[in-house]
Amino acid sequence: MKTLKYWLISGYTKGLIGMAIFYALGFYLIQAMRNASGAEYDPNPGVMIGAIFSVIGFLLFAGVLTDWLKWIVGKRPPLKHGPPQGRPEWTRYINVDNNHKVIGIQYGITGLFVFLVGGLFALTFRLELSQPGMQFLTYKGYNTLFSAHGIVMIVSILLGVGAMSNYLVPLMVGASDMPFPRLNAFSYWVSIPPIVLVLAAMVVGGWDTGWVGYPTLSLRGAIGTQLFLLGFYLFGFSSIASSINIIATVAFMRAPGMSLFRMPIFVWGALSAALIQLTATQTVGISLLLSVMERSFGMTFFDPAAGGQPILYQHLFWFYSHPVVYVFVLPGLGVISELLPVFARKTLFGYKWIALSSLGIALVGFLVWAHHMFVSGMADSLRIPFMVTTLFVAIPTGVKFFSWVATLWEGKISFETPMLFVLGAISVFLIGGITGPILGTIPSDMPLHDSYWIVGHFHATMFGGFVFPYFAAIYYWYPKVTGRMYNEKLGKLHFWLMVPGFWVMSFGQMSAGIAGMRRRIADYDPALGVTGTQILITIAAFVIAWSVIIFVYNLIASARRAPMTNPNPWRSRAPEWQTASPVPELNYDETFEVVGGPYDYGKGTPAYVNMHPAAVPGD
Amino acid sequence: MRKSKHIIAVVILIIISTVVLDALFLFMFQRPAQASTQATIIDNFTNIHFAVQAFLFSLIMVLVLYSVVVFRRKPGEEEEYGAHVEGNTALEITWTILPVIAVVIFGVYAIFILNEILAPQPDEIVVEVNARQWSWSFSYPELDNKVSDELVLLVNQPVVLEMQTEDVIHNFWVTEFRVKQDLLPGSMEVLRFTPTEVGDYRVRCAEICGLQHATMRAPVRVVDQATWDAFQAEMLAQPKIGDLTAVERGELWSQQFGCLGCHSVDGAPGAGPTWLGVYGREETLADGTTITVDDVYLHDSILDPNAVIVEGFNPNIMPANFADRFAEKEAEVMQAEGLEIGIVEDLIEYIKTLQEDTNAN
Repeated sequence: MKTLKYWLISGYTKGLIGMAIFYALGFYLIQAMRNASGAEYDPNPGVMIGAIFSVIGFLLFAGVLTDWLKWIVGKRPPLKHGPPQGRPEWTRYINVDNNHKVIGIQYGITGLFVFLVGGLFALTFRLELSQPGMQFLTYKGYNTLFSAHGIVMIVSILLGVGAMSNYLVPLMVGASDMPFPRLNAFSYWVSIPPIVLVLAAMVVGGWDTGWVGYPTLSLRGAIGTQLFLLGFYLFGFSSIASSINIIATVAFMRAPGMSLFRMPIFVWGALSAALIQLTATQTVGISLLLSVMERSFGMTFFDPAAGGQPILYQHLFWFYSHPVVYVFVLPGLGVISELLPVFARKTLFGYKWIALSSLGIALVGFLVWAHHMFVSGMADSLRIPFMVTTLFVAIPTGVKFFSWVATLWEGKISFETPMLFVLGAISVFLIGGITGPILGTIPSDMPLHDSYWIVGHFHATMFGGFVFPYFAAIYYWYPKVTGRMYNEKLGKLHFWLMVPGFWVMSFGQMSAGIAGMRRRIADYDPALGVTGTQILITIAAFVIAWSVIIFVYNLIASARRAPMTNPNPWRSRAPEWQTASPVPELNYDETFEVVGGPYDYGKGTPAYVNMHPAAVPGD
Repeated sequence: MRKSKHIIAVVILIIISTVVLDALFLFMFQRPAQASTQATIIDNFTNIHFAVQAFLFSLIMVLVLYSVVVFRRKPGEEEEYGAHVEGNTALEITWTILPVIAVVIFGVYAIFILNEILAPQPDEIVVEVNARQWSWSFSYPELDNKVSDELVLLVNQPVVLEMQTEDVIHNFWVTEFRVKQDLLPGSMEVLRFTPTEVGDYRVRCAEICGLQHATMRAPVRVVDQATWDAFQAEMLAQPKIGDLTAVERGELWSQQFGCLGCHSVDGAPGAGPTWLGVYGREETLADGTTITVDDVYLHDSILDPNAVIVEGFNPNIMPANFADRFAEKEAEVMQAEGLEIGIVEDLIEYIKTLQEDTNAN
């Protein structure tokens, strides 16, 4: 009963109420104005203003803006930090809280929830695709589901990146929190209304443009398209605001002695990702906003019938949407580099090369966007340079692979669940990696473009670059976050179901693609001869789904286990394992000093950090 | 001594794995028949990719799995550490420079292959491709601009498709020809290939284009000289518009303007209401009112399709620009044959004939 009460007065409930009120306000304001001016009925302008209002309403009612509003009237409310007064501690996770670790966990749980929703969409249409002909979905239902699957999964991955970056970066560099805690809370809470808008888009008319929303299709679609474009656009605010905090934390909050090349390697991945988020998100934002305005007010940007240029959208869109792939994978690859030395009991091979390769990938990532448009009708004078830059992505990525292999070589490797997921990630990301160049060279891209090969390729990249490392990270830092150890047997079961499941799914998708299966189709021609492959992919998808259910159960059930006695179960040198678990409110009682290399595993090597004796618990 | 043993073992394993994987890839990734010059060139190039894939996958995975087996922590080694190596600059430079060289060579090679695929041929013929949600039509400038809803091509005759779309982006893809190209609203896109195998194929739209994207396809026939001559004769023998009755014209327009992509004439469900028996039928509209389908209703619904929507169907699916497109075609017929026709009226006459009972007779 009490629990329900706390949920009813939580930031989420209040925010959603505010969202509904402000949406109605915005929508009917515009409708009234249009009625008064005698305009024809068109829901697009009302929905646009309603959606923008709804975000403001959500933030206002949830309490994200309270402190800032007080500043406007001249008050100086102190920064709230610490557990809530007069309420159980857990309620801080469902209300606005400024602690970076609370926000990190909020990101993580929301991301996981959204991931499960997106997965459910995938299972639904996967079942539909197991046989040719329409089984139980309509075309419209199918198109809406696959479009929603795309954007919902992207949102869930960005939330997952937010979870890792928010929780880990301040902890790893020895900061007590991020420099702008209120902005940090804002970054999380502003991500909720766009998720609601995108899910709402599915029920009010749906949409069938995929997550890319190319005009002129997006300009003609049902009203759901408008809500999707707005949800996607508004989510960008979360990315940009969050990246500012991460960059500032790395720039200004590092512990004494922690030079850039002595930071834990994950921080390099998070930093490179944040740099991309800060600089690229605007272009996709503008492409989406221009589409929304073209729909709402008849301003012409993309419709050639009125003098627009449809390919302009694709350039703006991919200028962000290609680099964003590296926002997903760079933190994931950072986790791989971070965990390998711990479980191999060996120094990370070529630290500087790995660190700089993250920046290298981020940089090259900005120069390849047009490879998504090789068959769009672009001139060869453009296609060829983009083909060459695309192939160059292989070089910094290769540096990472070779360095990982060299780290494992002559190690003393053990295979707890996090390490298994790291090795699984390497194998899956490798599948994603090696199936890339074939798409990078235009002649071999031609038959594969818009086919299931692409679907297989990027699912391997996303799973290998993000999902597997993310699971590794969750298992690895679960004891840090909760103070309790997860169930190792269930963790291993999760791994041994998911890896083979994923390999089958991935190669199955690629095989279907090369046989001629197009992507984004509700139904396929039995003449292609891919029915058997489709059944295989569907079975594999369900195996993966079961393994994820086991994972979620493990997370929930293990929270009830006895507290851990070993403060550093992985015998890691990293600073976050030298403080208590769960981590104290301000991370470290006193700032530590960096006196050695982060991965200098070996007999008699100096420690990485020199903790103040008072900070070591249990001594 | 031990070190060199490891390296020899790894090299042998990588070689074996590469050969096995390459064979596995060729087995797993089976392609449809090669039916164009371009298909052969592209497939040969793709085979090089498969070999490179097999090598790179083996290189990394053999090293990883070898480490997992050989360098695993054995009982009693819990407190031990691995070899203390922080890095090796020479090695790092090697595995940066070698891929750079490989990538540049591969990139340049790909450019040559691309030029080979795209090169214009001296004696190519032009076919105009028109796409709209969700159907294709093909018009032959060399055959008096006659229009067909299947694409017929002469074997070994290089062809240039001049492709235009009337609404959203579509993509022309025949898997057996390998090449594909987007059709972009507002511009004309070109696709070149030379079909090399007589047979029946299908063009399928490869760019998401809305509700019925999955079924947007049309037959493609590659034929020998004799069949091609017959096809030409048949196309040229198509009667003049002036020789057709209004109903026959209506049927022709329904094919040329892509009506049948959404409206069936046999009662099958589609994105729009079936035309079978629609004339005189009482329809319930989305706002709950009912209406009897007559000439006026059909006329208005064709030219302003979003004005009223039949219950169970969606607005904004049917193009709203038929008035302009009909006027264009009417002017064309006027110019060619000096004949004044009304396309909407022809369509209505054709729809009137589509009744269940008349079909039964």
